Amino acid sequence: MRKSTLLCAVSLAAVLASPAVAQELTIGVSAEPSALDPHYHNLGPNNAMRRHMFESLVLSDENQRLSPGLAISYEPLDDTTWEFKLREGVKFHDGSPFTARDVVFTVCRIPTVENSPSSFTVYTKAIAGMEVKDPHTLIIKTDSPYPLLPNEASSWGILSATANGVTGDIGFSRDGCTGIDSYPKTEDFNSGKAAVGTGMYKFKEFTRGEKVVLERNDDYWGGKADWATVTFRPITSDGPRVAALLAGDVDLIENPPLQDLERIKSEGFQVAQGLSNRVIYLHMDQLGEPSPGITGTDKNPFKDIRVRKAMSMAINRDAIVERIMNGVAVPAGELLPQGMFGTTPGAEAEKYDPEAAKKLLAEAGYPNGFGLTIGSPNDRYINDAQVTQAVAQMLTRIGIQTQVDAVTASTFFKRRNAFEFSMYLAGWGASTGEMSSPLRALVATPDKAKGYGGTNAGRYSNPEMDAVIGKALATVDDDKREALLREASQMVIEDYGILPLHYEVTPWAFRKGLSFVPRVDQYTLALGVKPAG
Amino acid sequence: MLVYLLRRLGQSVFVVAAMAVLVFVGVYAIGNPIDILISPEADQIEREAAIARLGLDKPLWQQFLIFVESALQGDLGRSFVYSTDALGLILSKLPATLELAFLALLIAVFLGVPLGMLAGLKPDSVVGKSIMAGSILGFSLPNFWQGMMLILLFAVIFKVLPSGGRGDTVEVFGVAVSFLTLDGLAHLLLPAVNLALFKTSLVIRLARAGTREAMLQDYVKFARAKGLRPSRIVLVHVAKNIMIPVVTILGLELGSMIAFAVVTESVFAWPGMGKLLIDSIQHLDRPVVVAYLMLTVFLFIVINLAVDLLYCVLDPRVRLSEVRA
Repeated sequence: MRKSTLLCAVSLAAVLASPAVAQELTIGVSAEPSALDPHYHNLGPNNAMRRHMFESLVLSDENQRLSPGLAISYEPLDDTTWEFKLREGVKFHDGSPFTARDVVFTVCRIPTVENSPSSFTVYTKAIAGMEVKDPHTLIIKTDSPYPLLPNEASSWGILSATANGVTGDIGFSRDGCTGIDSYPKTEDFNSGKAAVGTGMYKFKEFTRGEKVVLERNDDYWGGKADWATVTFRPITSDGPRVAALLAGDVDLIENPPLQDLERIKSEGFQVAQGLSNRVIYLHMDQLGEPSPGITGTDKNPFKDIRVRKAMSMAINRDAIVERIMNGVAVPAGELLPQGMFGTTPGAEAEKYDPEAAKKLLAEAGYPNGFGLTIGSPNDRYINDAQVTQAVAQMLTRIGIQTQVDAVTASTFFKRRNAFEFSMYLAGWGASTGEMSSPLRALVATPDKAKGYGGTNAGRYSNPEMDAVIGKALATVDDDKREALLREASQMVIEDYGILPLHYEVTPWAFRKGLSFVPRVDQYTLALGVKPAG
Repeated sequence: MLVYLLRRLGQSVFVVAAMAVLVFVGVYAIGNPIDILISPEADQIEREAAIARLGLDKPLWQQFLIFVESALQGDLGRSFVYSTDALGLILSKLPATLELAFLALLIAVFLGVPLGMLAGLKPDSVVGKSIMAGSILGFSLPNFWQGMMLILLFAVIFKVLPSGGRGDTVEVFGVAVSFLTLDGLAHLLLPAVNLALFKTSLVIRLARAGTREAMLQDYVKFARAKGLRPSRIVLVHVAKNIMIPVVTILGLELGSMIAFAVVTESVFAWPGMGKLLIDSIQHLDRPVVVAYLMLTVFLFIVINLAVDLLYCVLDPRVRLSEVRA
């Protein structure tokens, strides 16, 4: 009998005897964090792992709504000043108490991380000043009104200043803080030396490519963790990950392939599905004239709203969801799923109407259509290349002779950023969970100084909408901001500036006897796995 | 002998350098690693800052010169993804791969040679024919599919072996190895068999052909006439003479088992070097890919050298000397 089966049997017996006895949980993940340093790499697997060990001031729940974390309240005192009241009685894994100084230390450290491939400074650069009023009250100043501050404060985990050798006060400055001798290095987190947070779990072991093992933090302020140890095993190939679950080697896996879900259920395992914050969309080159992927005309047809609308009407989103996504997706009418911050209640996906689309195309001066090549990654999003092929067939049906150029992600992003595609399929996950994220990145006019349009490779530009987004991003009042974001979202959808296709639904599979809470941000957290019953 | 060794080393330095240039330029041409690594939320300013942090803002020739300069000092660069020393990262994965490759090699030799000789001695018997039929399967079934079937059979259906991963390890001279623990061996078995299947079939075919040929040779006839026992003829005289092609092929195959066990390592989530290579290529982690392939070239050269030396032992007629055209 194998060890894990034995363990399962032992722990099962233990549960029957007394529910409080130690238990082990093993999770098969599809991607491994590149480091355990919470500030090294701003990417999904790292951010998910971070949440177990390092907590943030503000928590982002499974629906990405904000709730108090290490801060029990966060209120704007005026447009540019925020007061964070910190939780008392919280201890780090080394026993040192959590105070406002640790927050300052953390914000000081974030820009100093060496060789970071994707820095967390995007979430701290708005902070202009920090002042420790008392050990559990922190004042944060921003340059201009900045409503996203609490949201961004949910993205970075807090380190202990004491554990990293700070004895006195820290003077905060954007150009380098005073009172800190040295910052911990990324390797120190991987070895566990510096992995001191306040989280529900603490570091036990990390072998790259093999496993990350966490153990229960018995002094956790928020109650007792359900598992004595949690092991994350990276199994990057889909088939073997499913096999590991079926063989009983792991208790839960993320991203099982959609076509295997029926089989997994039929073998007596459970599947949980949750709507994600990721929209799959088509973007169109609305600047180039002529545009590189268009043949049969020397004009750029995408500059005409009638052509854009015709294409949107030609796509049967329900069919894509049903046939290609096996029903595990939701047709999209906006850039964020219903119910999230800034969405318009009742916004529906475009109705499929190929006849009307043909008419509209003829009206726009293309009765015989034109030739088009759609760019697409083939290994980045769920069934991405197949979706693009389906779209191509649907567009061909209304007379736009469409070809697909599907390549691996590294090549796709290089070519997309060089504007080589007249139309491309891509996805966007709103990590802040509100409409400002996709609007600012995908459809706002590219503007380096403001940080707008970073991923707007269609170069769509609508100055009126830009103004509304700008206003929303400077409005601290939540209700007013949400109304503005709705307005901006409706503007771009009515203008067909971008064509949303569907929202991805993330599946998880796990053995009987567990319950799991799906998350909008697609993170797989042991914090959401509980013994059922 | 010494001149021979020195000359071989000189040649290998040239090959390693040529490899480095090719791979460096090749990976550069595929794309920009930042496109893969950076969070989509990052704005243009942060994007440029990240590109500068990794030194990707400089022109290609300058990046290459920086690489050469530190390479000459023994530093092959830092991984873009993990921010650790590239060579150290690869070497940390080496023990896992080595134990897998050597176990597979042992299986291939100790299963392949006897079976092949048996098939060679009795080519027309049922046993001989079924061994050959089996070796065809070993050849032609895709490695990936074989691996999945092994998992399905032994892990999912019979539940006797684990489906993947490395299991318990113990430290020997500071190196974590798994073949010394029972749990580790259980984890090692399936991937090693998967990796060995193709090589075993290859060895069977070589051993069979060699045996059939050797059995007709004069020295075998003479030995028979002299009245030697058949077992001694086969186990000593024939076995020794068929080993040269087997050693040649296994030498080359060992290199590829160590460097490119990508499929097996992916299927069994084995934390070895092949897995690291494929991940690094996907992330365009140039320092790791370049260092990896340089190491691979070096490894092949060393193995070839070892094979040449082994020839001397197996066949005293072979002398190591430079062939001059």
